[in-house]
Amino acid sequence: MKILVCISQVPDTSTKIILKDNNTAISSDGVTYIINPYDEWYALIRALELKETGVATDVHLITVGKADVEPIIRKGLALGGDEAIRIDAAPNDAYETANYIAEYAKSVGYDLILCGKESIDYNNGTTGVMIAELLDVDYIGFATSIQIEGNIATVNREIEGGEETDTCNLPVVIACQKGVAEARIPNMRGIMAARTRPLKVVTPTAVAPVASILSYEMPPAKAGIKLVDPDNMDELVELLHSEAKVI
Amino acid sequence: MSVLVLVEHTEGIIKKKSFEAVQYASHIAKQNGATVTAVVLGNAQSSEIEGLGAYGAQKVLYVADARLDELHARAYAKALIVAAQKEDSKIIIALHDINGRAVAPRVAVKLKAGLVAGALSYPDTEKGFVIKKAVFSGKAFAFVNILSDAKVITLMPNSFQLNKAEGKATVEKLDVSFDEKDFGIKVKQVNKVSGEVSLADAELVVSGGRGMKGPENWGLIEDLAKELGAATACSRPVADSHWRPHHEHVGQTGGTIRPNLYIAVGISGAIQHLAGVNGSKTIVVINKDPEAPFFKAANYGVVGDAMEVLPKLTAAVKKYKETHK
Ligand SMILES: Cc1cc2nc3c(=O)[nH]c(=O)nc-3n(C[C@H](O)[C@H](O)[C@H](O)COP(=O)(O)OP(=O)(O)OC[C@H]3O[C@@H](n4cnc5c(N)ncnc54)[C@H](O)[C@@H]3O)c2cc1C
Repeated sequence: MKILVCISQVPDTSTKIILKDNNTAISSDGVTYIINPYDEWYALIRALELKETGVATDVHLITVGKADVEPIIRKGLALGGDEAIRIDAAPNDAYETANYIAEYAKSVGYDLILCGKESIDYNNGTTGVMIAELLDVDYIGFATSIQIEGNIATVNREIEGGEETDTCNLPVVIACQKGVAEARIPNMRGIMAARTRPLKVVTPTAVAPVASILSYEMPPAKAGIKLVDPDNMDELVELLHSEAKVI
Repeated sequence: MSVLVLVEHTEGIIKKKSFEAVQYASHIAKQNGATVTAVVLGNAQSSEIEGLGAYGAQKVLYVADARLDELHARAYAKALIVAAQKEDSKIIIALHDINGRAVAPRVAVKLKAGLVAGALSYPDTEKGFVIKKAVFSGKAFAFVNILSDAKVITLMPNSFQLNKAEGKATVEKLDVSFDEKDFGIKVKQVNKVSGEVSLADAELVVSGGRGMKGPENWGLIEDLAKELGAATACSRPVADSHWRPHHEHVGQTGGTIRPNLYIAVGISGAIQHLAGVNGSKTIVVINKDPEAPFFKAANYGVVGDAMEVLPKLTAAVKKYKETHK
């Protein structure tokens, strides 16, 4: 069984966003980039576990980006994974990204495609569903556990106000969140081995974007805090009622 | 032309956030001289369906197939495409929630349409079709322009105030020929935590951090939440230590929420935590450390020990409710 794990590069979670170029771009000065946490902690690690337990034979990592994303691919390979693919493009939107990944996935034929529940930069959570649609297969989002037996995936996933257990046939695209696996850190052996693992660069068939970001805006600063005496909670409730109008 | 909107219901009762989506669609329809057609899938009560008229739907297309009471995203997407053809719809709206997020991207691919995921504004049509959404889990906003002729939007729940008017929608059955593939996912078991307010949709949220010391003190959080009719949430270390279930974890690597009121108790206010909650309309911070960074992001602050402040606040809410009945 072959697994493809989609990883994307995002700014580190401690990054303070700074706008530039008249608010049309985000400054990358001093920004450290990481693998999107949902992709790394859950999707990639679960794929590796499935290989370690003999369920999967191959784990491939894929990302869409220019050469500057290679450090995060190497980090992915250091955690494990047999091969990495970089689709050489700078996509404008999820539709483009999904098309490039689906095109490559079709050419290989994967049984399972794993991704994170969303990327922490654009928070769309749409790429995985779009890949599923382009490949004409099922998709399960917000997964909290994944078991594979033969040709069947059993997945726990979040629903409104609870959880449910679903089954479906492979191939399937599953978007992972907390619960699916426990995060790991790469060891020295993995880091050394990653250097020799293949990193393929693929030129995609270009797809025109259907959306683009025109500009950015920072959230308005809070007007200033009102402190309430801990012995006067009646006052706080009154403020929430008559001033904030939230209760 | 008609603006199409996917409506969700729970056992036949239409969800409040779907009224928001219909009203949102109605505003866009007015911008474009169009009408609104709502799509209801599964078994919903007819009074509920007609009631969508009160939020601006002229027409409802209804597929009364019991299998659609559960989310089957491929079947849902197919129904929306059939409806879009019938209604000549170029704009399709769903909710930015677990269900809408599984369906809308499929519709977007089928129509080769641009998608805005998590819309916070009406489209600005002066420079194209530009919609505001949160990025970096709320650390900033982006203005996304949809370039394609067809447009798909998922609306962030709780972003617009509801205004109910008079009106009844006309209801029409929609025929969709499904096949086996549309129901490829089999639901084996459902575990709902009944009686709780669902966090993603909650208007009021009480959240606890490591300052609550341990799970044995969560009764204080729950008492306040119950008195307010609020949902409960927590910081990441609290979920990591299994003091609270994972789905309550909010922040950049947990849920992003935008309630009207977020009460943070014993949470320091790390950048990753703030990212998930700073879309809240009003933030109250209760922390014993006056230097806690969260106070900088708050509207109201109480410097004090949570164990003492929480029971007092709960009592004050109770008193308020009794006098405002
Ligand atoms: C990659 C990454 C991703 C992350 N993602 C998230 C995320 O999604 N969500 C998230 O929440 N965190 C996230 N974090 C963790 C984040 O950096 C903080 O460590 C975390 O939010 C701290 O949780 P806390 O505020 O509950 O605990 P602490 O930082 O320990 O704060 C406890 C607070 O309680 C106060 N306190 C103590 N006792 C009392 C008392 N008796 N009464 C009142 N107040 C009291 C203290 O003054 C303190 O301010 C992430 C970190 C990393 C590195």
